Amino acid sequence: MPPETMPHQTLSEKSFLEDTAKALKDPQLRRNFKRAMSGLVAKRRNVFPNASEFEGLREQASAVRRKTLSRLPELLELLEFNCERNGIRVHWAETTEEANRIVLDIANEAEVRLAVKGKSMVSEEMGLNAFLEEHGIEAIESDLGEYIIQVDKELPSHIIMPAIHKNLEEISKLFQEKVDSNSTSETAEEMTATARKILRKKFHDADMGLSGVNFAVAETGTLCLVENEGNGRFCTTLPKIHVALMGIEKVVESLQDLPPLLTTLTGSATGQPITTYFNMISGPRREGEKDGPHEVHLVLLDNGRSKMYEDELLRETLLCIRCGACMNHCPVYTRIGGHAYNTVYPGPIGKILTPQIKGIENAGYLANASSLCGACVEVCPVQIPITEILLRLRHNWTRQNKKRHWTDKNRLELLIWNGWKQVFSKPGLYRIQAGLLGRLGNLLPKQTPILSRWAHFRSLPRFSKKSLHRLVEEEGIDHE
Amino acid sequence: MKRPRSNQEKPEAIYYYGTCLADLLYSEAGMAGIRLLQGEGVRVIFPRHQTCCGQPAFNSGFQDEAREVAEQQIKQFPKNIPIVVPSGSCGAMMTRHYQGLFEGLPLHEEAQAFSDRIFELSEFLVNVLKIKLADLGAPVKVTWHSSCHAKREFGLGDEAKQLLRQLKNVELVELEREDECCGFGGTFSVKHSEISGEMVLDKTRDVLQTGADFLLSTDCGCLMNINGALENQGSRVQVEHFASFLWNRTHAS
Amino acid sequence: MSESVSQRSRIMKRLTTIHSRSQFAEFRPMKQPNPPSWTLKEKISRLKSTMEAVHTEVLLCNDLDFSSVFQRVVEEKGIGRLLYARNTALGSQIYLMNERTPKKLPELATYDESIENWKEQLFSVDASVTETRGGIAETGSLILWPTEEEPRLMSLVPPIHLAVLKAETIHHNFSEVIQKEKWSEQMPTNALLISGPSKTADIEQTLVYGVHGPSQLVVFVIQSN
Repeated sequence: MPPETMPHQTLSEKSFLEDTAKALKDPQLRRNFKRAMSGLVAKRRNVFPNASEFEGLREQASAVRRKTLSRLPELLELLEFNCERNGIRVHWAETTEEANRIVLDIANEAEVRLAVKGKSMVSEEMGLNAFLEEHGIEAIESDLGEYIIQVDKELPSHIIMPAIHKNLEEISKLFQEKVDSNSTSETAEEMTATARKILRKKFHDADMGLSGVNFAVAETGTLCLVENEGNGRFCTTLPKIHVALMGIEKVVESLQDLPPLLTTLTGSATGQPITTYFNMISGPRREGEKDGPHEVHLVLLDNGRSKMYEDELLRETLLCIRCGACMNHCPVYTRIGGHAYNTVYPGPIGKILTPQIKGIENAGYLANASSLCGACVEVCPVQIPITEILLRLRHNWTRQNKKRHWTDKNRLELLIWNGWKQVFSKPGLYRIQAGLLGRLGNLLPKQTPILSRWAHFRSLPRFSKKSLHRLVEEEGIDHE
Repeated sequence: MKRPRSNQEKPEAIYYYGTCLADLLYSEAGMAGIRLLQGEGVRVIFPRHQTCCGQPAFNSGFQDEAREVAEQQIKQFPKNIPIVVPSGSCGAMMTRHYQGLFEGLPLHEEAQAFSDRIFELSEFLVNVLKIKLADLGAPVKVTWHSSCHAKREFGLGDEAKQLLRQLKNVELVELEREDECCGFGGTFSVKHSEISGEMVLDKTRDVLQTGADFLLSTDCGCLMNINGALENQGSRVQVEHFASFLWNRTHAS
Repeated sequence: MSESVSQRSRIMKRLTTIHSRSQFAEFRPMKQPNPPSWTLKEKISRLKSTMEAVHTEVLLCNDLDFSSVFQRVVEEKGIGRLLYARNTALGSQIYLMNERTPKKLPELATYDESIENWKEQLFSVDASVTETRGGIAETGSLILWPTEEEPRLMSLVPPIHLAVLKAETIHHNFSEVIQKEKWSEQMPTNALLISGPSKTADIEQTLVYGVHGPSQLVVFVIQSN
């Protein structure tokens, strides 16, 4: 696949607003997402029917992840030590460029021409597929959802179900036109069978397997992966080299930390008590063993995470286990879908991650795309205070904007809130304003800027003729 | 602090925090809240210089501006008596965020004490005053929107619904997706008006589906938003703050 | 490699500097909830129903009737070529089954060579049969630690996976397994929890069984008399 046809992500408020508006007007997209999200919400509720039981699980999962954060440097060193002892080569990458280079070097050394990939959001952060393509290495996605969007040259719209924005007809058409015009592709079964056949050959031929890491256990040097399809096991077992890609926050201390994380991850992500496979890798092929890769590499990616670690509140972003529950329950995500964000990570987690990875000056606007309803906070298995973090990011963005980067829009907003502060901090001025609004507020035309945005969907609010302050005075309510 | 609390004894007097939205747009509702409290034999004090809790600015990322206004509010409520607020989101602002706003500042302790004394109106009526209501109105169907800030930020339960269930001629119909956000979110409704518009549209669909005559809630922001959307569709559903509704039902006009 | 070393030192320096001047809440290890105490019968029942919910076939047998149940399944599924491990207890059993009644069993194959020399054959068998290390009742899972005799791909490549599970090796939950079997003392190259045939819901959330891993999983739960 030629690199120039891969989608390019532009982070700009303008394109975000445009893409949002476009998504809202796409009835097929709306239908697809509404159906998919409702389904996932229901499935999750089925697997966690008891609220207090779920709260107990969350407490455990959250405690385990907080333990990781409280000892992150030490656990990373322990992980490295035990992995190396097991024969897993550990590499460190500050940036995605460096991580790509590491993977390329490993591939070139072994003359890799074809790589098969299991699902990895870190690899999306790296833009790894496009990078490898540029260097003459074909990287085929083997997870069915990832495979579908790779064929259609799209990016994932959801971190767990990457092709969730497509319905059956759309995928069927894709299979007919771009995958295999000879096989029938009307049902999900037929298309799955076709993909199985095609990918089986790729597994068979591949020189290198790439994967993510759901959890890395420091005490034993073990990489853990969840999956339902079996492609992850293929990628990590059949090719002679396995390269695992991981964010530095994914380490846990011990094997005993795994059970609550596993349960909350699979339950929150897909409404399952457990995935079909839980794959625990502690090294390359040992002497006498007949299969397994000869080389296993672990790439630890920073990409802004060590910087997130700095602040007590923002650091909690690193608790994330990438389950996707937040976006499944987000009223914004459900309506605009994942692509409108133009980010690697969409939804609530994307809104707090992206400004921190890409810089608040580049992506701070994402933190505004939320009504702060808190539905995500309620379902997050590791209790990330997402709305608190959004509020902090908004504050940081404003503070940044006050120093520089003033656009006209920002200047207007600063004027408004300054004005608001002046009036609302002075009771006398406030009363005058209240009186004016009571008398003239209802005469404001719908076309007034800002009001017009409201008026597009709603009738204008009506100011009370007599404010509460006035009524209270008339009634003679005590004032002290 | 986990809410709702039930360890508060009925006091002789309380403060009332009107909120800026009630003051400017729903003053009758604000007054109804005061009357309901007075009806239970509690002396209500309304400090004249209160304005706004600061949430609009705070949520927009203008914390310094919010702090200046918040400071003024705290100073208006010096007595160590409960402060009752007819809004879950303003209550949430004043209980969840004031501590952080004044962290490391001289007013920190006072802000903490202020936060600790905040009660939302329905919470206070049910758990502290244990109010008993007699319905004087004709049979009517109502439905309830659970403000997401009231529920998730403040921690409000179903106190208001408990009050509605006391009214014998009021049929409370459950709203589908009752606690899904109505799309207001303060400046979100303007900054992301299209997404907000879709959210409120879905909310109105659910409301109309119930066949209710009234849509009630604790928060004026939600009321303003949903009412605006319903009116825009030509609907006759009446959108009210639960305080006005309760007052009207229990007192002959 | 030296580039990676300098990246490492920069990342670690940032983290350790922050860590040393930060305050972290005291971590109190959460008390692990007490594992349930089910009888063997309850464990088997729980395992069976959880497995069947995701299309695993579960057959309860004992030492005496296992052979006949096994042969019946193999015949019903029309398995032509069956991969097994000669040098395990199960393998000896199957070998003997074959000796006694050769017509009743399919052609037997063994995974004798490294995968590099054996790919085509592995991809052409109809089914494999393996032992298991144990089971987990709560999640309906098999525990496999692939070995030299029963390598990793044996339970992945063939379209049908037949697994033999001794009832007394069924644990309550994953946490219990890790603790009782002291996994932290020595992890194998690969440890697996297998909880059903492979599946996906990536196409319009329609559940389809049989993707890349086996499309059928049959578990023989053997209760010793």
